[in-house]
Amino acid sequence: MSLSEETGYEPDPASVTGKAPPVHAQTDLLVIGAGPAGMAAALAAAEHGVQVTLVDEHPVPLRTMGEEVPLHFGGRMAATLGNRNAVLESVLQSHPQLAEASDAGIDVRLGTAVWGLFPHRPTTQWISGHVAGLADEEQAYLLRFKQVIVAAGRRDMGLAFTGWQLPGVMGASAAYQLACTYEGLQARTAVLLGSGDEALLIGNALQDAGVRIAAIVEQASTAVGATHLLERLRSQGARLFTSHVVQQALGDADGVAAVRLARIEADGHHDADELTTIECDALLLGVGVIPAIELLESSGCDIRFDAARGGHAPVLDAAQRTSIPFIYAVGDCAGIWSTKSQGSAIAAREGVIAARAAVRALGAPLADAPADSPVIPDVPARDIANERLAWVRATVLQAPADQMICQCEEVSAAEILALRPPRYLGWGKDFGPHGSAVSDPLGTHPDVVKRLTRAGMGACQGRRCREQITALLALGAGCALDALPLATYRVPVRPLRLDLLASLPEVPAMAAHWDSWFGMASQWVPFWRAPPQYTAAARGSNESVASE
Amino acid sequence: MNRGATAGAAVIVIGGGVTGLSAGWWLAREGIDVLVLEAGVIGWGASGRNGGGCSHHHSPLFLEEQRLWPQLDELLGYPTEFQPNRIRIALDARQFQLYRRALENGAHQGFHSEVLDAKQVRELVPYAPDAPYGGYFYHFGGHANPHRTVQAYAWALQDHGGRLLQHTAVTDIKTRAGKATQVSTTRGEFACDQLVIAAGAATAPLAARLGVSVPLASARAEMIVTEPLAPMRIGGVDGNGLYGRQTLRGNLAYGGGPHEWVEYEDCQQTRAHSTVLQSSIARRLCQLFPKVAHARVIRSWAGFIENTPDGRPILERLSSPQNVTIATLSSVGFGLSPASGRAIRDLVIEGTCRFADLSTVKLDRFAHLEADWRVMQGWLPAGA
Repeated sequence: MSLSEETGYEPDPASVTGKAPPVHAQTDLLVIGAGPAGMAAALAAAEHGVQVTLVDEHPVPLRTMGEEVPLHFGGRMAATLGNRNAVLESVLQSHPQLAEASDAGIDVRLGTAVWGLFPHRPTTQWISGHVAGLADEEQAYLLRFKQVIVAAGRRDMGLAFTGWQLPGVMGASAAYQLACTYEGLQARTAVLLGSGDEALLIGNALQDAGVRIAAIVEQASTAVGATHLLERLRSQGARLFTSHVVQQALGDADGVAAVRLARIEADGHHDADELTTIECDALLLGVGVIPAIELLESSGCDIRFDAARGGHAPVLDAAQRTSIPFIYAVGDCAGIWSTKSQGSAIAAREGVIAARAAVRALGAPLADAPADSPVIPDVPARDIANERLAWVRATVLQAPADQMICQCEEVSAAEILALRPPRYLGWGKDFGPHGSAVSDPLGTHPDVVKRLTRAGMGACQGRRCREQITALLALGAGCALDALPLATYRVPVRPLRLDLLASLPEVPAMAAHWDSWFGMASQWVPFWRAPPQYTAAARGSNESVASE
Repeated sequence: MNRGATAGAAVIVIGGGVTGLSAGWWLAREGIDVLVLEAGVIGWGASGRNGGGCSHHHSPLFLEEQRLWPQLDELLGYPTEFQPNRIRIALDARQFQLYRRALENGAHQGFHSEVLDAKQVRELVPYAPDAPYGGYFYHFGGHANPHRTVQAYAWALQDHGGRLLQHTAVTDIKTRAGKATQVSTTRGEFACDQLVIAAGAATAPLAARLGVSVPLASARAEMIVTEPLAPMRIGGVDGNGLYGRQTLRGNLAYGGGPHEWVEYEDCQQTRAHSTVLQSSIARRLCQLFPKVAHARVIRSWAGFIENTPDGRPILERLSSPQNVTIATLSSVGFGLSPASGRAIRDLVIEGTCRFADLSTVKLDRFAHLEADWRVMQGWLPAGA
C-alpha cells in the first residue's frame, strides 16, 4: 500500500518519492571485472542457471588512459592503442574465456565501466532494488541487480620524487596491463621500484614481453621478495640496488631518459656521495600494490587495513561476502598476497566461492555441493605498513627538495604537513599553531587534510597520491599507518563526462517537481511577512516556489 | 567564571557545525570560557555538505550576514574563500519570474540587483547557453568554501582561548533547579553555567532530554563536482533549479533537485551516500553551462540535513531550562553562520538578540503543530 493510501496524505512533491529513473536492464548477478576471479565467478554462476551480466572496463579509451584512469599509465601507451578494433582484439586474446562466457549465455559487456554501486538501504530507497551505474563511450545507464560480485583488481601506490610527473613514470601494474592485456607498452628499458613479490612478478612478465629490466631499486637493506623471482631478473641483467631510492627522474617532454638513485642511510637520509644514474625510458612504481576498493568503499562496505590483504581491503566472511550481504569481493580487490599473485588459481577459487554463495542467495538449486573451504591469506612475511612508511620517508621526506605529492592540484609534502591553503588563494600568512596537519592525532583525518590543502582532490581522483598522503600524515604524527582513518571514496569512481552522466533517462515527475532546495513555500517567506503560527494543515502546499 | 581545564566551562556548545563553532567563536572572542563538544569531526554534518551560498534575503539575520561576510577572513584570521555577488540564470519564463523574488527582497532591505537580458548573461557568464531567457545580478550575497570556513571558526575560537573537543558525544544533560548544569559525554562529565544546543538533527533528541519538543525531520540531499575549469570572472553563478558555484579553483560544485526523507535513527548507522540523482543534476548543469558539458564529474557528496516543519530556523533562549539556547537553522545554515553565531552570543549573554528581530524563529510558533505533522506533510522515507 502506498503512503497516500495508508495515511490519506500525499508524499512531499519535492521529495524523490515517485521520481525513480526507469531502469531498463536487469540481471540476477552482476560481475564487475573479467579477470581470473570475475571470470571464474561468472562461469560458475552461469553453470547453475543464474542470469549473469559480466562487465569489464577494458578496452579503456586511449584518452581516458591518458588521464591516468583507471591506472597510472604514465603516457606510455603505444600509438597502436588508437586503433579501437585492434585493441579490442588484444583484449579478447588476453581473455580467452570471454568467448566461453558468451557461449554460456553470459551477457558480456566490454568497454563498460561501473562508476557506482547504489544499494537499496533505509537512507537511499527511492529506487527499488539495487542498481549499478554503467557507462561506455556513448552513454551512461543503469542496471538493476540482485547480487553483485566485485572483481575490480588492483592499483599501484604512487611515490613522489623530482620528475615523477614525466611520461614514463608509471605504475607497475599499469605497465603490466599495457604490455600483457593491450600489447601496447611503449618502453624498452625499465627500472623497477620495489622488490616485493608483486613487483618482481611484474618485472619478470615484462621481461618476458620484451622490456629489459635494467635495475631493481629497494629502500630496505635486502630485497624483500622471493629469491627465485629476483634471481631470474638478475640473470637477465637486472642490477639490484638495496638501500636505495629514486632521487630524480631525468628527462624531457618525451619522458624519462634516466633515473638518479641515491644510497640511503638507515634513517632514509640520502648519501650525496653515492648517486647512481641509470638510463631507462620507464620507471615502474612497484612499492605497493593496492586492492581497488573504490566501488566497495563508496557503496558502504566495511573496509579495514589488513596487512595480510595488502592494505585497506573489504571485511569479508568465508564466502567472500562483504558487510553488505549482497556484495561480494573477489580477486585482487579482496586482498593481495604473494601466493595469490603467483597465479590465477586462488583468485579463481574466490570467484567460485562467491558465485556459489550468490547462487544460493538467489535461491537457485545447488545440488550436493560440499561446503567451500574459505580462502585464507598468507601469513604476512613482510610488514607492508612500515615498508610503505619507509619508502615515503626516504623518497619524499628525505629528498633534497620538497616533493609535489598531488600532481593534479600541485600540492607538496611540506604544504600537506603544514595544512597550507592552496596557492591560488594567495594567503600569505602562516597558520601559527594550527599550521600542522599532525598536531592533533584525533584531527589528523585524511579527509580534513584533503579539504584544506586540496591534495587528492584532482581529476585523477587521488589515484596517484592517496596512499602517499596517508603515509606522510602517519610519519608526521609518529603513528602507525593503520591508525589513520581511510579517506572516503566517492561516486563516480571513474571521471565521467557531464553530458554522459546526463544521458540517463528521467521520468516526467522529476522535471515537473524539480527545485533547487526543499521546495517549501514557508521557508522563503521573508521574515517581515512570516505568520506567527504554523500548522501542517494550514501550510501552503500548492504555491509555486523557488528555493533561494 | 574560570573552571578547571576539563571540568567544564561557563558556556558549553553542543555541536561542532558552523552554527555551534561560530557561536563558540563569538563567545570566546569576548573572553568567555567556552567549550564546544563535537560527537565526530567538525563540519562532518550539513555544515560541510552544502553549496556555500551566502545570500539569504528572507532571513532576519540577512543584514548581519551581508555585513559580516566581506570582513570575515580578517575577523577570523583564516581564509574562507568568500566571494561577493551572485548571478542567477533563468532558462525559461517561469524561472525568470520565480528568481525575481530575491531582487524584491533585496530591494526591500536596501540592496541593488540588475535584471539581465540574454546578451548580458552571455557576457558575464562565458559558459552560459547562447539563448538564456534572462537572469539577475544580485549585488549582495556571494559564496564561500564550507570546509575552510568550518576550520576557520574552529581555529579562531581556539585562538581566543575557547576549547573544542572532537569525538566527544553527548549522552545526557543533567538539570538542577530549572537549569542545565552538567553535560555527560563519552569522554566524561562537563559542568556548565549556560548551554547551547546546535547539534543538527541531534538537537531534537537532546532537547527532548530537557522536556523540550523540537520538531525536526532529516533528509538526504546531494551535489556533484567537476574537474577544474578556467575560472569565470564571477563564480557565484547558478539557476535552472540548481544551487552552487564555481570554486576559486575552477571546479563546478552544484546540487539541487529532490531530497530523500530519512529516519534520524537510520542516519546514525551510515554516512550519507550519493545516488543516481547526480545524473539529473548533471543534466541541468549541462543546460545551464552547455559550453562545458564535456567537463568530467570527479566526485559527488551527499549530506543529511535537518528541517523544521516550516523550514524556518529555531533560535531561542528557552524559558525552561532558562540557561539553554536552542539553534537549528533548518537546512539553510552555512551562509547565515556568521550572524547566527553572533545571535546565539547575544542570547547567551544578554538573553535577547540586539541586532535582529528573532520573533519569527521561536519555538512557540509550533504550539498548535499537529502531532503527525511529518505524515501530513509527506515527509517520510520513499519506501514508507
